[in-house]
Amino acid sequence: MKYKRLTILCGHYGSGKTNIAVNMALDLRNQRDNVAIADLDIVNPYFRSKDSEEEFKTHGIRLICSEFASSNVDLPSMPADLYSITDDKSLSVIMDIGGDDRGAYALGRLRDAIKNENDYEMLMVVNKFRPLTPDACSTIEVMREIEWACGIPFTGIVNNSNLAGETNASDVLGSAEYAKAVCELSGLPLVLTTVEERLYDELKDKIYPLFPLKLQKKPI
Amino acid sequence: MADKILMKGNEAIAAAAIKAGCLHYFGYPITPQTEIAAYMAKVMPKIGGTFLQAESEIAAINMVYGVASAGKRVMTSSSSPGVSLKGEGISYLAGSDLPALVVNVQRGGPGLGGIQPSQSDYFQSTRGGGHGDYHMIVLAPASVQEMAELTVKGFELADKYRVTSMVLADGTMGQMMEPVSIDDLKVEPAPEKPWATTGTKMEREHNIVNSLSLVPEELEELNFKRYDRYKVIEENETMYEEYKVEDADIVIAAFGIAARVSKNAVDEARKLGIKVGLIRPITLWPFSKAPFKKAAEHAKAFISVELNMGQMIEDVQLAIESKCPVTLCNRAGGMIPDPEQVLNAIKEVNGGIQ
Repeated sequence: MKYKRLTILCGHYGSGKTNIAVNMALDLRNQRDNVAIADLDIVNPYFRSKDSEEEFKTHGIRLICSEFASSNVDLPSMPADLYSITDDKSLSVIMDIGGDDRGAYALGRLRDAIKNENDYEMLMVVNKFRPLTPDACSTIEVMREIEWACGIPFTGIVNNSNLAGETNASDVLGSAEYAKAVCELSGLPLVLTTVEERLYDELKDKIYPLFPLKLQKKPI
Repeated sequence: MADKILMKGNEAIAAAAIKAGCLHYFGYPITPQTEIAAYMAKVMPKIGGTFLQAESEIAAINMVYGVASAGKRVMTSSSSPGVSLKGEGISYLAGSDLPALVVNVQRGGPGLGGIQPSQSDYFQSTRGGGHGDYHMIVLAPASVQEMAELTVKGFELADKYRVTSMVLADGTMGQMMEPVSIDDLKVEPAPEKPWATTGTKMEREHNIVNSLSLVPEELEELNFKRYDRYKVIEENETMYEEYKVEDADIVIAAFGIAARVSKNAVDEARKLGIKVGLIRPITLWPFSKAPFKKAAEHAKAFISVELNMGQMIEDVQLAIESKCPVTLCNRAGGMIPDPEQVLNAIKEVNGGIQ
């Protein structure tokens, strides 16, 4: 995939943002040297980019995240080095934003710098199998709430429709119509469809562009 | 079959409650159950229901008392420390014979504890928690689908027996995502509630919902009558799952997430030729005494796997009338045993009985 300097991932919580962010950071690192992943989730204390910290270290990816992330201190807080995302123009960043409008408020703080620089892609991650976004209308509703909260307009859609371990190829193929409806209603392009690695070979000739996801597992 | 959707356990509880006809939710946020309130906040206004974030857990449970008195299906949810705060209100619900659903998505304790999963409110849920002689029906789900099913069951049993039901989950069950089917849930509609305080319209006598009873003879009678009802519940409503128990030398007792871990350990132990099985109580009160008593006829040892310092183990010992030893295999404070730890416990116990 081709990346702007900033790739911002937003969406309904549980839509798969964090898994996609981790995989995109690894993909981006193959293309560029100075790469960071920013965990700006102020909503979910359980499943976060920070859980893959060791993997980032191995691949030379900088992790920008709150001191309290994954520490079980249930404290919504921002990273101390937050402004390096917008100030250090040599850095390419994948930004993992917390779910729904509540998570997107955190992003609002960087709104002016991001819009002024205008080298960003803001992607709405969608999953038609999640309870509150089963169709285009409900998905657009969540999308507008997020835009209203952070003040930054979306630039594209990522279709991550899945039923976790029970997903099969026809579920993904069947979600194309939903993704198309979301794109038509929002006027935005479908930037990517994402699938679990195990389904990639079966689907790569049928969906383009298709992005394989290595699932991030929560260490228990 | 209706299409499945991908849900967190907490969301499944909320969606199932609405499916069960619960249009009134009162709560106060606490990790790890906040998604229940978040879901209700989004959906209730759209369907003409009530979502209210109260000023405290105590206020929320008393709002539940109000709606239950009016005969409507109603619920609240919280996590361990918040449920302690609700204790007084739960006792008042019991004392007034009011049906309601309380959800506890447990976290590590005691005190403020931590935010990771736990099962250390077993005693609190099955023995009381509030004051006085009473019981709640306590349901312990072990999958996201069961979070939904037992929520519906909780409402139905509460109405049937005029008691409060509790769904006793843990942080893992609340946070994990699995495909579920909500549309397929079967729901018994709420029965007539002639005792509800819905206004006399000048056509009947006043209904009074109250837990105050100052004449000891009358209060005693109320208690005896209530326990007659509890007896019927014990006789008719116990639920459990058995897994490879028929020929087992060793029987594991585990509920909720501990049962999922234990099931894996049972399979591993069977590969090693150890005859081990699992009894998973689904109702924690009433406790499933019968399958344990039956298993004790052939089993040589029991292991209780719990995310606490050993609470259900007492009910297992009572159920098997201490016929053979019961060993505890546990983690606490928000930690979860892995299948290997349970397998090691099985091996150790197996060595002892050979």
